[in-house]
Amino acid sequence: MKNAMLLFSIKGLLRDRSRSLFPILMVSAGAFLCVCLHSSMKGTVTDMVDSAARFDTGHVKIMTRVYNELADQMPNDLALMGVGNLLEKLKRKHPDMIWTPRIKFGGLLDIPDENGLTRTQGPVFGIGVDMSARHSPDTKILNLEKALVRGRMPGHKTEILISDSFARKLDLKIGETATLLGSTMYGATTTYNFKVAGTVRFGMTPLDRSTMIADIDDVRMALDMADSAGEIMGYTNDMLYDDKRMTGIADAFNRDFADPDDEFEPVMQSLGEQGMMRDLLRLVNVMVAIVVSIFVFAMSVVLWNAGLMNGIRRYGEIGVRLAMGESKGGLYRSMIVESVCIGIAGSALGTAAGLAVSYWLQQNGIDFSSMMQKSAILRSSVWRAQVTSVSYYIGFLPGVFASVIGTMFAGIGIYRRQTSQLFRELEV
Amino acid sequence: MKNNQIISIENVIKRFPMGKGEFTALDGVDLTFGKGEFAGFVGPSGSGKTTLLNVIGSLDTPTQGKATVLGQSVGDLSEKNAARLRNEHLGFIFQTYNLLPVYTVFENVEFPLLLLKMPAADRGKAVLDALEWVGLSDKEKSKPAQLSGGECQRVAIARAMVKKPKIVLADEPTANLDAKNSHRILQTMETLNAELQTTFLFATHDDKVIRYLHRKITLEDGRVAGDEV
Repeated sequence: MKNAMLLFSIKGLLRDRSRSLFPILMVSAGAFLCVCLHSSMKGTVTDMVDSAARFDTGHVKIMTRVYNELADQMPNDLALMGVGNLLEKLKRKHPDMIWTPRIKFGGLLDIPDENGLTRTQGPVFGIGVDMSARHSPDTKILNLEKALVRGRMPGHKTEILISDSFARKLDLKIGETATLLGSTMYGATTTYNFKVAGTVRFGMTPLDRSTMIADIDDVRMALDMADSAGEIMGYTNDMLYDDKRMTGIADAFNRDFADPDDEFEPVMQSLGEQGMMRDLLRLVNVMVAIVVSIFVFAMSVVLWNAGLMNGIRRYGEIGVRLAMGESKGGLYRSMIVESVCIGIAGSALGTAAGLAVSYWLQQNGIDFSSMMQKSAILRSSVWRAQVTSVSYYIGFLPGVFASVIGTMFAGIGIYRRQTSQLFRELEV
Repeated sequence: MKNNQIISIENVIKRFPMGKGEFTALDGVDLTFGKGEFAGFVGPSGSGKTTLLNVIGSLDTPTQGKATVLGQSVGDLSEKNAARLRNEHLGFIFQTYNLLPVYTVFENVEFPLLLLKMPAADRGKAVLDALEWVGLSDKEKSKPAQLSGGECQRVAIARAMVKKPKIVLADEPTANLDAKNSHRILQTMETLNAELQTTFLFATHDDKVIRYLHRKITLEDGRVAGDEV
């Protein structure tokens, strides 16, 4: 019999658009915003984390203690030594991870003319990565082949990639020589000739400004860093960051190298421990929770108001139902059931629309590179959303909740209504 | 209950707060009604007709005195039990019909039976019977907006009668109808009263209705000024 009453309520809902369409659209809009907001924030954070991990932090990163303290200055005089041996140990202990050495360096890139005199020059930020192996993990991690704009991948000794905008700024052509003016690991001045094999664009403004990417062996030669590296990056095979696992690996590593007196002892840090990334992730989660709470509150108030207006419109119907012997509790419950139906329908609609838009943003993204010319944040200039399992219910549950809460507040009026006034009220 | 007596009003007083004082709507009313009566409260506005109908309909309680409907003291009923009394035994007909606009005629008449939790098959038969009593069998799929005023009030009568209540309370049921429709409605109610032995109580000052009443109770200033059979 409850089903018959439920069916009766649903029939009314479907036929009375002002009772269903407006609230459903309201809930849909809220759920849609919630899903889009969550997916876009998730996409932004994931992109930031992923970009940071690939180019800067790794999922874990090993440096010397003292290098770690001055990492912003790229102090290669404080770099790790005996890297080959350390890499072997790491690969043996964690065969399910990718370990790759890197050297970051700064200097001046000088482009000579046909006479060997300076034609043009500019400050350069360089990364020495392992490009020697045919299937180098770094080529994939840095998406070098995908980032290639002109030329080809380096295949020979001393060949480098250079950011496309930097190459254009220096009027540098593929195949031309570029000389690095810098300082060695031991503080001596160095000059080293590279040949430009290709240009790249990563879609990250700081990297696209003036970067050169060279094979780590060439950088070691240039900077006199044999068997050394500024950093050793560690990545999971699936390239998905797991904060708990990575922190555990870092802690275990640091226990093995726990000599506080040796400032050249290697120290491992997880991504979360670097640059307040963990705090950033927590902040984003808190922000999502705040936004969802505000949404639920705002939607509840709006739906409460809609419920009150609906109550006024349905004043006669409610009065007749009370007069016919429907209890106030029964009437209140039937309105709650209606709100659950509205909440489910609106939330499903809004979630579906939100997921569709989020999927589109995940696949295509929106290119903001023209607005990020001076950005120093290491993140993609293509803004993408990310759909996760949470996206499927982050708008749904608050949508239903807001609908029910709004109706519960609005429905209190039923209990306040004087049945003794029904005849008078119904004859107005 | 004595014999056929189904309503007993004993020295009922009903006062409403008004400003700093009180307004006495019913002032010591004593009345009894038996099964199958076709009676009405007549009198000018403010004479207490609707208040008395409210008390009998368990929508309101007496300030003093005792109102007993179908053996239950209205003043002692909880909100829930009052709703149950209305649901199971009372039918209401309003001046403005108060049909549910988004539902069909069939569904409007069916609604009281849903509240009674009657099985679907029994509901369907009862609704069709009720529509036949009021001559609207061909309108079961129509919406209220597609009906004339007279037809709407006949639907309201069918809705009040479908659960075969012991008592039907009608407040100015013909106020919005023309003479022809008023007579038709009243004839329908008179027929149902005769066939089903349902007690009809009206609150009215419409002469058309008064002419049909088998018992006319005149109220003046909350008191019974006349009780004519």
